[in-house]
Amino acid sequence: MIEARFKLDYPGFSLDVDLSLPSRGITALFGHSGSGKTTLLRAIAGLERVPGGRLICDGETWQEGDFFLPTHRRPIGYVFQEASLFPHLTVQGNLDYGSKRATHRPASADILSPPRSQNQLAAPHGSGVGLGRPGADFARLERIVDLLGIGHLLDRKPDRLSGGERQRVAIARALLARPRLLLMDEPLAALDLARKEEILPYLEQLHEELDIPLLYVSHAPDEVARLADHLVVLDAGRALASGPLTETLARLDLPIRLGEDAGVVLDVTVAAHDAQWHLARVDFPGGGLWVRDKGIPVGRHVRVRILARDVSLARERIEGSSIVNSLPATVTALGDDAHPALCLVRLDCGGVPLLARLTHRSAAALGLAPGLAVWAQIKAVALIG
Amino acid sequence: MPSPADWSAIWLTLKLAGLTTAILLVVGTPIAWWLARTRSWWKGPVGAVVALPIVLPPTVLGFYLLIVMGPHGPVGQFTQWAGIGLLPFSFAGLVVASVFYSLPFVVQPIQNAFEAVGERPLEAAATLGAKPLDAFFTVAVPLAKPGFLTATVLGFAHTVGEFGVVLMIGGNIPDKTRVVSVQIYDHVEALEYAQAHWLSAGMVVFSFLVLAALYTLNPTGKRP
Repeated sequence: MIEARFKLDYPGFSLDVDLSLPSRGITALFGHSGSGKTTLLRAIAGLERVPGGRLICDGETWQEGDFFLPTHRRPIGYVFQEASLFPHLTVQGNLDYGSKRATHRPASADILSPPRSQNQLAAPHGSGVGLGRPGADFARLERIVDLLGIGHLLDRKPDRLSGGERQRVAIARALLARPRLLLMDEPLAALDLARKEEILPYLEQLHEELDIPLLYVSHAPDEVARLADHLVVLDAGRALASGPLTETLARLDLPIRLGEDAGVVLDVTVAAHDAQWHLARVDFPGGGLWVRDKGIPVGRHVRVRILARDVSLARERIEGSSIVNSLPATVTALGDDAHPALCLVRLDCGGVPLLARLTHRSAAALGLAPGLAVWAQIKAVALIG
Repeated sequence: MPSPADWSAIWLTLKLAGLTTAILLVVGTPIAWWLARTRSWWKGPVGAVVALPIVLPPTVLGFYLLIVMGPHGPVGQFTQWAGIGLLPFSFAGLVVASVFYSLPFVVQPIQNAFEAVGERPLEAAATLGAKPLDAFFTVAVPLAKPGFLTATVLGFAHTVGEFGVVLMIGGNIPDKTRVVSVQIYDHVEALEYAQAHWLSAGMVVFSFLVLAALYTLNPTGKRP
């Protein structure tokens, strides 16, 4: 558990947050520029000194009252928006800079989970080196270098790297410093779309293997949808919401828009392929969904996004419809949408929330009320990533 | 041909410039670091004091140093009390005066280089576990290398080229304070133009080579 309480008041900018963040998985700090997300991240790293702040990381006090643990003594890894590699050192020198100085950090803090069987590590680069034993520094380096695909760059100076390569090296450098908490400040924001698409698979792979919490600052909805487990929405220095991604996206009192429309993001597992129709079935606790097959192997975890506008409701199962995906669900709540004609319906589908957008008239005609069993007809399911 | 006295003056000049530059790099670097990073109100006044020797006539600087280091000045009283004697008209006094005189030529290039390095590399070093002093020597100094090169060359060359302060503080004592510039003055006074030519042409060639090397090795704007 990471407990962070910070209060800052500058003319034209304020920060006032009191957050409890999980100590596993990726927590996205999401908000517009100027919402205070970078300041919050810098305060957690100790790069910004917020008087009176309080920061407890896994029971260890990093800041409280007059006590302030300086940045260099906090077991963190930090990835800046621009890679900030040391230009006078080679890639190898950059990687060594952190790992040499991290020797005082506990060796038990292995930041990657033990490698799983090879077929689960399908993309992009998985190595099968174990890290549990002592003297595994070299193996750790090898594995992280492999994970980020930078093995062929080790002798280069940063000015001979592309933007995407630089950011991958910066991520590897942060991982090699044996952090107990990883912080990333919009690591993809300075990159063009192609470079971004180049790095996202590495981050997704990291997400699978990372055993330490990662706080990820972003204003890009697609990155949040693909990576986050936990979502903190910041606006004007205040936390509007903080909770598990799917739960938070499905909140009716505060529809959080990741991009253009309300909707949820689900963690699913690829369960089967239908070669004849080029479809893949993905399973989640609420049932199975057919999606366009992207050739992702069975057993892999992926994410799908279901927008509220693509979900319609029926009292009974409808046969003879073009809609492939139809799941039994229970209405849990109704809320207003932006336009007075529309409402958002929150559903429970095997313990997982879904959102549906209907007109108020349809809702009334169906007699929708909390507890009612319905069929959710899902017109479109987008695989993300 | 240069006379033994000329050679003595050349040796003395190189010794003075070398020692002064070495002291300035040690003393000037922390000042430059502070000036580059402080947000204190004192940055302006301190920066101005450091830059004063650029605009002041060397005679003004020499005059005040003479008073401060003289028998009735605070520094003079201290040196007498400490058993060192008086600094004016000694090589040591010349070194002290040169350090003040060349201070801005060493501090300013290093300060500019530190400012160009910026906060970010040092923040990155801190997140990687580097203590502040560690980060200073492993990140800030290597990245500010062009500034240090410029500072060394300018500090050395400017000390070699001084005249007014030397005359005020050091006088004209053979083997002790008579540097090349003073020796040239003496030759011209004595109408020994041939001797003056040897030394003066030597100074021109030396200065040209030093500056040419500086601008070739360290082209501005090419490094971060």
